[in-house]
Amino acid sequence: MTIALLTDVHSNREALEACLAHAQEHGATQYVFLGDYVGYGADPAWVVDTVMDFVRQGATALRGNHDEAAAGPEDVRLNADARYCIDWTRKELSSSQLEFLRKLPLTAEDGVCLYVHANGWDPKNFEYILGPMQAARNLQVVRARITFCGHMHEPMLYHMGLTQRVESFSPIPGTPIPLSAARRWLALPGAVGQPRDGNPAACYAIFDELTNLLCFWRVPYDHQSAARKVRAAGLPERYARQLLHGA
Amino acid sequence: MEPDPPHRHGLEPGQIIDGFRLVERLHRGGMAALWHVTRPDLAVPGIMKIPLFGEDPAAIVGFEVEQMILPLLHGPHVPRWIAAGGFEAQPYIVMELIQGRSLRARLEQAPLAPGEVAAIGARVAEALHDLHQQQVIHHDIKPSNIMFREDGTAVLIDFGLARHDRLPDLLAEQFRLPMGTGPYISPEQVLHNRTDSRSDLFALGVILYHLATGARPFGAPTSVRGLRRRLYEEPIPPRVHRPDFPLWLQEIILHCLEVDPEQRYASAAQLAFDLTHPETVALTARAEAAEAQSPWMRLRRLVPRLAAKPTARTTMQQLHRAPIVMAAVDLTQEWEALADALRATARQVLQAAPEARLACVSVLRTHRLALDAPADVGATHRHVHRLVQLQHWARPLDLPGRRVSFHVLEAPDPAAAILEYARSNRVDHIVIGSRGASSLRRFMGSVSTQVVAQAACTVTVVKVPDAERGRAEDTSLEEAINASNGSSTQTQDAPTASEDRDARAARL
Repeated sequence: MTIALLTDVHSNREALEACLAHAQEHGATQYVFLGDYVGYGADPAWVVDTVMDFVRQGATALRGNHDEAAAGPEDVRLNADARYCIDWTRKELSSSQLEFLRKLPLTAEDGVCLYVHANGWDPKNFEYILGPMQAARNLQVVRARITFCGHMHEPMLYHMGLTQRVESFSPIPGTPIPLSAARRWLALPGAVGQPRDGNPAACYAIFDELTNLLCFWRVPYDHQSAARKVRAAGLPERYARQLLHGA
Repeated sequence: MEPDPPHRHGLEPGQIIDGFRLVERLHRGGMAALWHVTRPDLAVPGIMKIPLFGEDPAAIVGFEVEQMILPLLHGPHVPRWIAAGGFEAQPYIVMELIQGRSLRARLEQAPLAPGEVAAIGARVAEALHDLHQQQVIHHDIKPSNIMFREDGTAVLIDFGLARHDRLPDLLAEQFRLPMGTGPYISPEQVLHNRTDSRSDLFALGVILYHLATGARPFGAPTSVRGLRRRLYEEPIPPRVHRPDFPLWLQEIILHCLEVDPEQRYASAAQLAFDLTHPETVALTARAEAAEAQSPWMRLRRLVPRLAAKPTARTTMQQLHRAPIVMAAVDLTQEWEALADALRATARQVLQAAPEARLACVSVLRTHRLALDAPADVGATHRHVHRLVQLQHWARPLDLPGRRVSFHVLEAPDPAAAILEYARSNRVDHIVIGSRGASSLRRFMGSVSTQVVAQAACTVTVVKVPDAERGRAEDTSLEEAINASNGSSTQTQDAPTASEDRDARAARL
């Protein structure tokens, strides 16, 4: 099975459309969405509808902290701008869309892989994997050989061999990486809709279960339109700028 | 969760693993057993490498590395990857069995003649350049990891310590001992830096030193302390072993063995270039050294080591800094304006690549049947004259001797000569001139047109924008053809009119 891993879409229709088209071209047969469909961007309803469609066709979708904030009770952990976005988003979504977000699971596992929005040691608390220390925590606790996480918006790959030492690797887009069965892996595909590494192109990854090859991708999309829509919706200017500069 | 250790160590001939029949065990070392295997659909004989995991995690990681990198490699200088078995059952790699000899056997015959050492070195350097172009550093170049196919092509084997620029470096984990083999390991590998492709050139330098002198430049240390000595101890110059040792070969070998990678050859292709053109090797103090190191020299070697920081360049970035650029220069009178433009373009190309090497090439056209004739005084004179002109042409570029060389080729077909030179010297970029755009020229085809069409590398075609000249082209070309026959060697068998015109219009 060839699995497309998409995370942190953040209401960015243009970016999601581009990544889905790219994944289809590259032979994806299954889709896993790692959460944070909403927040920051101008198209929450279209994005949630699209994910709902994919789930109806067998895709896996998990709950992120922004989805929880939009669909659940007021979340004190968001800053003022993010809070403004979430309140705006909530008004854009129908009750069935909110219900969909509320009911999403926090994790999914298929034997080899664990899928989770933030981390594998305590999925509901949304702690970040900031570096090798948190990655080691994840790799030591999680039973599955490969963990896929969103939440951090930058693509990154951590791995741990027999020496238990965790190494990090900044993946090079378009280069398939063989995930050796002799070690444990933690892969962060990076954000579809809110990249923050200085490159505005959307991030996602494809994992081929048969060959054990993981490929990170960068997909250019019409980020200027996406940024214009953020401004037109009256959302905070910084979220438009983030789309333009990828930071 | 650790992978289960492999269970089936008691392998027997005739046994089948994933469809491969074990024929015969060829080797059993500390890290792996090698079996000759067959499978009905295999076009080439196969070899199965089965790791023997002991207590050493580095051995397991090395096997992982080879499983990761070998399937990505291609070309004649690596064994073709056939299959791999995962860690769930019996881990293995099946690859092409190289039918040939290992370089290790030659060590016992050392010292070899300088010419032979250079020929071996050039073949290995060619293989290394091919590997580096695939963005992989071998990190364990030694005679037993170098095989030669029956046609002489060098093949690099054992990628257990290799590093791929675009993949995670599984060996970056801090193993206690530096990763490499004692006699051959580079100073930067001793310091746990695994990102420099020039580490492989150091190892090749050690091999060439050994083949040429019969001695190892840094002994065969096994302790970290012993390995570190090469950071501050100069090797004994080969001329101490053999007073008649050629200067050019000592220059090349000591150039490979520089402690600071920045002071070594910038690429394996540049090393191969020197090994195949001994007459153009620029001699420095390295060539002259004829006694073992003084305390002052020891300090000289230590200082750059202390100052050196690992370069942050990838293998590809390093190769892009250090291309071999070929300027195909015509120096006949009608090309004067073009020769200036060609030089300006060559300068731009060299400025973009600080470690580029420029090969200035000019072709003296000979008639086909005159090739067998004994060299006459006139021909020698023309050759030398062209060489002098070529050097004069390059003088304004103000390049140090190690970055520029001059070559006059004598050939009946200039385009073919340029293409062959570019291919055999691994030229990355050809800069060549082209005159005008007349209909006659388009019809007949020019040297530059043929070079562009057939070269495997980048070609920059330089033109002089001159409208007047373009209009006058058609007639002046005919005049040039008629006027230029004087100095050529006469031949009984005159080429047909069109062939002659074609060749001369294409003359460089």
